[in-house]
Parts: sequence; structure tokens; C-alpha cells
Amino acid sequence: MTDELFRAMAQSIIDGDPDVAAELARKAIEAGIDPLEAINKGFVPGVDSVGEQYSRGEMFLPDLVLAGEAMKAAIAVLEPEITRQGGQRQTLGTVVIGTVEGDIHDIGKTLVATMLSVGGFRVYDLGVDVPITTFVEKAREVNADIVGMSALLTTTMVRQRDVIEALEDAGLRSRVKVMVGGAPVTRAWAQEIGADGYSEDAIGAVAVAKQLVSAG
Amino acid sequence: MPRPIKSITNPRLSLQILSPEDVQRIHTATLDVIETVGVRFPSPKALEIWEAHGAQVDRNTKIVRAPGHLIEEALKKAPPVYTLAARDPAQDLPLDGNHVYVGTDGCGVQIIDLYTGQRRRSALKDVAEIVRVADYVEEVAFIWIPVSAQDCPPETRGLYELKAAWENTTKHVQTESIYSEREARASVEMAALIAGGREELRRRPVLSYALCTAPPLGQDPGTLEAALVAAEAGIPVGFMTMTSCGSTAPATLAGNLVVGNAEVISALAMIQLAYPGAPVFYAAAQTAMDLRTGGYTGGGPEDFLFGAASNVLADFYNVPLSMGSFATGAKEPNWQAGIENSLSTFMACVVMSDMLLGVGLLHGSRIWSYEQMLMDCEIYDIVYHMMKGIVVDDETLALDVIRAVGPGGNFLAQKHTRKHMRELWVPKFMDRRPYEEWEAKRDDARDWARAMARQILETHQPEPLDPQLSAELEHIIAGA
Repeated sequence: MTDELFRAMAQSIIDGDPDVAAELARKAIEAGIDPLEAINKGFVPGVDSVGEQYSRGEMFLPDLVLAGEAMKAAIAVLEPEITRQGGQRQTLGTVVIGTVEGDIHDIGKTLVATMLSVGGFRVYDLGVDVPITTFVEKAREVNADIVGMSALLTTTMVRQRDVIEALEDAGLRSRVKVMVGGAPVTRAWAQEIGADGYSEDAIGAVAVAKQLVSAG
Repeated sequence: MPRPIKSITNPRLSLQILSPEDVQRIHTATLDVIETVGVRFPSPKALEIWEAHGAQVDRNTKIVRAPGHLIEEALKKAPPVYTLAARDPAQDLPLDGNHVYVGTDGCGVQIIDLYTGQRRRSALKDVAEIVRVADYVEEVAFIWIPVSAQDCPPETRGLYELKAAWENTTKHVQTESIYSEREARASVEMAALIAGGREELRRRPVLSYALCTAPPLGQDPGTLEAALVAAEAGIPVGFMTMTSCGSTAPATLAGNLVVGNAEVISALAMIQLAYPGAPVFYAAAQTAMDLRTGGYTGGGPEDFLFGAASNVLADFYNVPLSMGSFATGAKEPNWQAGIENSLSTFMACVVMSDMLLGVGLLHGSRIWSYEQMLMDCEIYDIVYHMMKGIVVDDETLALDVIRAVGPGGNFLAQKHTRKHMRELWVPKFMDRRPYEEWEAKRDDARDWARAMARQILETHQPEPLDPQLSAELEHIIAGA
């Protein structure tokens, strides 16, 4: 019975169906199944399967995003139950992410946020046109491990440097890793402004984030 | 299991290259040329056929002058639609005007070795191996003998090539390398063996013939006699002109079309006079000479225009067309090869040429390259997708999805996206990787195509030919 439910959970992720995933999460709670187990033995194998199929070229980016949406829906149901039972969901780390002030480009940043979330991070997406102070305050509030910044314009990517400086001024820089990305951003730029990580695409960003948190 | 075949059908793109009045003028001029200038048919058998039907034949010059009505009436007997049969009927190719099929190019004399990368003389083993790869690739619908089996005796080389082809594919085989009556007779016997008898061969021709004219305004004797043998057996026969602006045809494109057209339709008419109703096809690969060297160019705007114009002529005569596309003049798979093979293939496809020749050869159809073959397949795949055009209906207008996403969102997580995303083209050999990944590896399309060709060659096992049939084919060749 439980195995069957776990299989259905994995399938809801593979199908990228948030409604079904949320419904299965509710069923698990009603059946008294440990919500952490529901995530790890039910939904996560679905995410792994999607990741494998993507790397084999059998699935595409929209499949990953839909899987991410389904995962989010399941966790939204299960997480309050975990908290109620006095537990805590294990994540790889906490990420605060946003597009810098003056820049309204959304998709790349949202993709990275989704991929990090699917990849096992707790992600706070601050949206677009995010003021410098908002990055700093949120990072402090949630005790972030990583701050990620997107910029699509040569004129706004300078804000990435401003945020890094503001994190230093706030005394947070030693505690958080900084990742930057966006079309005009290069590895050379990332090094120049003292960022810790850089990736050209959302899939690569997850690998970089995992490296940064494991490096401590 | 036979491999699927990717053919263009139900096209949504079209192109008008010649007006009906243009075509009529080309036709009238062509008949004028055949009637007053004549075409050389240097074969006693061909001359007898012409004489028997009232054409004016000069036995000394071998030039035939035939009245327009004789040509027109003969061409009307040609079947407009027929099927090129495959060893596996699931791979049969109906030439019905609503399909474009790609073949391997031919007939190369050198090959870039798939493992050493060295260029060397082609041999029988290469024919077998190329055909095996072509059997796997779904873009290739039929086989042209890709390279010459130069380690076989010249008198039976064309037959060994056929045997190697049938032993390595279930797809239709078209030979362009048989040019004697003797070899033709043996090839008919071989084809009958594969088809299961003479009558079955007539019903399901597993072999067809592509033969060259001898521009300007001439035919080759061996070719004519081979064609007559094949046509008698019901094997589809096509005549290909390769008139070249400035050398074997006038410098003007219309003049080139007239000369080539005269060669092709006079040959097709002769076949119809000899064997009324025999399946025939128009074939062309006209070009312009290189103005500096006089050499064959294998690409250029003239070739691309001819690629589209020839099908209008073939349609006018209501016979299928085999069109020379691909076949770049480039020495290796490069920028020039990409441009020439893309444009020639697009132009030949957009007018729905029935057969395209062909993938894989460089340097004006002289050097075989597996990399070029698979990259040519990708070019065809791009055109294949373009020919589907833009479908406009409720589902594709996607208003519900546009409403659901609204300003500033994205369509990635929409089920509509997932439902339709596989209709979007996915390349095999285009480099769309992140810059850093490219920078670290520095590999490209050629490397990936080479790896894919090696993998196919090492793993693909075509449906084998009955060993007894193979032995009988060998026996026929030995007696030829």
C-alpha cells in the first residue's frame, strides 16, 4: 500500500502534475505516513528519474520545470506537517536569489531558482528589480548559505558588485557564498567582483551551488 | 524490424520559380532543338527504335532528329506514379508527387577512412559499410552506390556493388554505376532473384537505374543499351543531365535548361517508344562551370535555382524527378559544405522533388565522408521540419495558455508546452552548449558525426540477406 503510494508520488513528479502531487501528499498525511519519508522515498525518486532522463536527452527543460512545480506543491503540503511533528526538512542549504535592481529579467533567474529547489535547496526567490538592501536583509533573516544574483544588462550587472560590498559591510560575507549569472556575465566578471560561483545555465548552477555548500 | 524512413510529405511551403508560360517556352524550345538540331544516340539499337517510329536518323553522325509530336506522344505513355520497392515492403517508396526521399550520393572514388581519418581509394568493403550505416539512418530512404568498388574487376564492378548493397540494406537500391548491356542483363537477373522472379520484379522493382546523358545533346552508347535492358524488365530508369553553364550548355540558365531537357526527354521518349508504359524518371544536376578553371562547381546560386526549376519540368512531363542536391564542391565538411548543401536541398525540397541525391560526398561527388553524410542528414532534417510550415488553429494559437501565463510569466511549466515541445527541432550536431563547455572540449559537429557513424557501423545489424541468395548472386556475377 505504502509502496504503491510512493510509486504514485514519483510518477506525479515525472508527469509534472502539481495537483496530483499535492493530493498524494495529503493522502500520505491522512494515512499517518512520516512526511519526511514521503518526500525522500516518494517524491525524490521521481526527481532523480527526471534528472536521469534529462541527462540522457530523453527529457527537456520544461519537464524539469514541471517536475519542480510538482515537487513544490508536494512540499507545500508536507512541510507544515513536518514542522507540526517537531521535525525539519533536510536540505542541501538555503539560497536567496533575485534579479538585481534596475533589471526586470525574470526567466533565467526563475529557472535557476526552480532547478535549485528541485536539486534539494531551500530557495527564497526575491523576484526582479531587487534592491541591494533586500538581498542583505533576507540573507540575514533566513541565515542563507548562498546569495544568487541575476543580471541581463551590462548596465545592471554592476549591481552584483554592489550587493557583494553590502554583504561585506553587513558582516555577512564570510558566512554566505555568492553566485552570479546572466547573459552578459562571464567567469572573468565573476572573479573580478569577488563572487564565489558562476554558471552559464540553470543546470550548471545546481552543480556549482552543491560545490559551494560542500566546500563549506 | 525495418528502420523508419523520414520522407517529406504534405508540404506547407511552396515556391514559384517558373511561370506556366516560362515552362511552355522551355518546352517549345526543347522540341525545336530535338527536331532541328537533334540529339546524338550512338547505339545501333537506339537508332533502330527511332527509325522505326519515323524519326530522322543520320547513321554517320548518330544524330536523331525527332518531330515534337513524336516526343510528346511518347512521353504521355510514361506512368506518372509508381513505387520503388524495397527488400522490406515497409520501406517501399511511392513516387506519387507527395514525397521527398533522400538517397546516398554516388559514385565517389575516394573515402576519408572512418578510423584513420586518412583519404584513400574506395573499395568493395566501403560500399558494404556505407550502405550498412545508410540502412540505419532514417533520413536515407534509398541507396545509390556511394563509392566505387575499385578492388573488383572493372567488367563486373557494378554487379559486386549491387550485391554488397543488398547484403547490407533492406531499402531500395538505385544503381548509377552500370553502363553496359552485359552488366545490365546480369543486374536484372540479380534483381529478379531478390524480388522473387521476373514478374515479381516488374511488380515490385527492388532496383532502379540512374543513368547519365552526355552533354551537350548526346547520350552514351553503353548507357542507352543498359537502359533498354532494364526498361524491358520493368526496372525504373532515369536519365540525369549535368549540363554546365558555359561549358556543356549556354551560359544562360534558361539555355542550360533547354539543352538538359532535350537530353533527358529524348532519352525518356526513346524508352517509351521501345517499351510503352515503362516506369521512367527525370533526373538532373545542372550546374555552372567555374569561370576561372572551367571545373565542376558542385554548388552556387545557379545550382540552387536549377534544383527548383527541374521539378517544374518533370511535373510538366508528369514523371518523377531525381534531383542532385547536397554534393558540395567543398574539400572537407566546412562552411562551404554547409551553405551549398543547405540551399540546394531546401530548393529541391520546397518544390517536392521526388528523390534527392545525395548525402555523404565531398569535392563534387568524389570523396566519401561519413561525417558529411550524417551532417547532410541533419541538413535534410532541418528542411524536413521547415516543410511542415506553420499550423494555425485553436490549439496552436494557444490563447488559453497565453491567458494563463499573462505578462511577465513564462511558458516553461505549462502542460501545453510539454505537449508540443517535441514538435520543436532538436539538433544532433549543432553546438548549443554553454560557451565554457565548448571552450573546455573544443569538439564540434564533425567529432560527433564521426562518433555516431562509428557507433552505427559497430552496432547496427541490417536484416541479413539469405546466404543462399548471396551465393546465387555471386554465381550470376561469375557468369556475367
